[in-house]
Amino acid sequence: MASDRIFGAVVTLIALAYIASATQIQTSFMADPVGPKTFPILIGAVAAICGIVIILKPDEDPAWPELRTLGALAVAVVVLVAYAYALKPLGFLIPTAVTAAILSYQIHPNTKQAALAGIGLSLGLFIIFKFALGLSLFGLPSFLTH
Amino acid sequence: MELLSNLAIGFDIALSPFTLMLAVFGCFIGTIIGALPGLGPSNGVAILIPLTFSMGLDATSALVLMTAVYYGAMYGGRISSILLNIPGDEPALMTTLDGYPMAKAGRAGDALVISGVASFVGAFLATIGLMLLAPMLAQVAFLFGPAEYFALYLLAFATLGGLASNNQAKAAIASCIGLGIAMIGVDNNSGMPRLTGGNLHLFDGIDFLVAIVGLFAIAEVFFFIESHGKNTSIGVKLEKVTVPVKEIVGSSVTMLRSSVVGFIAGVLPGAGASLGSFLSYMSEKSIAGEKGGFGTGVAKGVAAPEAGNNAAAGGALVPMLTLGVPGSGTTAVLLALLMTLNITPGPTLFTERPEVVWGLIASLLIANFVLLLMNVPMVKIFVKILSVPAWVLLPGVTMVSFVGIYSLSGSYFDLLLMVLFGVLGWVLRKLDVPTVPIILGILLGGHMEDALRRAMVLSDGDWTYLFSSGIAIGLWAVAVVGFVAPMFLRRFLTKPQRITD
Repeated sequence: MASDRIFGAVVTLIALAYIASATQIQTSFMADPVGPKTFPILIGAVAAICGIVIILKPDEDPAWPELRTLGALAVAVVVLVAYAYALKPLGFLIPTAVTAAILSYQIHPNTKQAALAGIGLSLGLFIIFKFALGLSLFGLPSFLTH
Repeated sequence: MELLSNLAIGFDIALSPFTLMLAVFGCFIGTIIGALPGLGPSNGVAILIPLTFSMGLDATSALVLMTAVYYGAMYGGRISSILLNIPGDEPALMTTLDGYPMAKAGRAGDALVISGVASFVGAFLATIGLMLLAPMLAQVAFLFGPAEYFALYLLAFATLGGLASNNQAKAAIASCIGLGIAMIGVDNNSGMPRLTGGNLHLFDGIDFLVAIVGLFAIAEVFFFIESHGKNTSIGVKLEKVTVPVKEIVGSSVTMLRSSVVGFIAGVLPGAGASLGSFLSYMSEKSIAGEKGGFGTGVAKGVAAPEAGNNAAAGGALVPMLTLGVPGSGTTAVLLALLMTLNITPGPTLFTERPEVVWGLIASLLIANFVLLLMNVPMVKIFVKILSVPAWVLLPGVTMVSFVGIYSLSGSYFDLLLMVLFGVLGWVLRKLDVPTVPIILGILLGGHMEDALRRAMVLSDGDWTYLFSSGIAIGLWAVAVVGFVAPMFLRRFLTKPQRITD
């Protein structure tokens, strides 16, 4: 109940904000009868109505994971974001090995297996991507190769 | 006889050694993807699109490769359904109902062979149906103006929300999220940026591939972290594989009926493969009656959903190719592939680029035979793949997703967006909000708005123009019924729940 009420409220608020920013869209002199604002406003309105419907008629709560699992998920998200930033400057091999190992550990907490999975995936995928598929990937950090 | 000459063009392309090799390779990869628990046709095809794109194949080759993967994944999905009780995606759920009990009774091999043959029958008949129906529908599609297209897009969202989800409001929200995201970026008509918040990265809009890979593949990784890969280990051993001729012959009528039901469900825009396997299973169950023993592990219970599922997969290609409206999650992903390759689906595709359409159809026919050969005698090889543990597989999927998206643009911003979509996908699926309408919204949003605006230009702003033709009114009516009717039918059409050990 509570989850859906919160979800409905969030959807409604975002939809209203979306409508508000859609009204700010600049129109140009080549305007057609509908213009660039109408359709986004329409979408926002439908979403807002549906949000209110969900607040009024919520489904049962899903089974949210316990706090420790949520922690593991948060760690995974942080690691993936860090990986996104690291991929270019640090090359493929090292960030991939670290990220894959951490994700593997989050799914099955076994340090040795996770480390092996990380190193194996990093090397194996690098060989496939670089040599079989011919993608332009850099294996090592850019400050080492230049 | 036009059909035969068209097919000749198609086979000319499909039987060239390189294309044939791609088709066989695609079937193999596809079956593996389908068999891997946690990778279904949608996310499997999704993570491969960016890679195919960066391999620099021409349009026809890329299309042949990916549709072979698509068909292969539909075949492979039954392996994890039957042996592990884990459906690779929504349509495969019905196969677990009888497949898993059969496997537990020591008849895993029989179930795999029967479902393999059923898949072949369904997919083969659907490909024939596609061949006959698609050119006809393409002729009808020439009559479609912007008002009809707008109604058609609406119909796709309405049936997808109405039939394929549990809560209409949530499905509508999902569609709105997708459509809302599609609006971001520079407006084609006025050339002005919209809803970018001044962020330069957003001026080009959000790439649909980023959203698809995030929502399908990255979200799946989060689900596995949540469950700690627990529901992957239990499984049934496969002893020896023989061909149960008697049962295959006995369920041949079931296969034929289910193929027809599945194909029709697949052709409906937005409804797709889940509805196909669901309807064919339920109708066969009621034909067989109480004595049929559906749900306890009978051959027909495996044959019906697999034939229906694969026929729907073929049927879903009809609206996708002729009208540009996908019929299921996976065909939405295939539509994304076409758009990446700069092929605009629609009636003109059949006249302007016949080599693409007929090459594709011929490859599908070939792929089907290859898949039957791979999936009946060689099924043991694919069964081995099930033993890949989740703690290797899911990190691997993540890395492939990252490299694929990174190779598209080389920008960290797309990767961040992808992670964001992954988180969004996890939260939404937790709340029972379907994610397929989001994809459909992102893919079709631009076209839908365009249709509306062109219709208004034609009519000089008169809104009644949207209901000015018989086709348009018909589409609007079906859209409303498709969205509203399931609210009342839901009591009678409850989906069978997954069986638990």
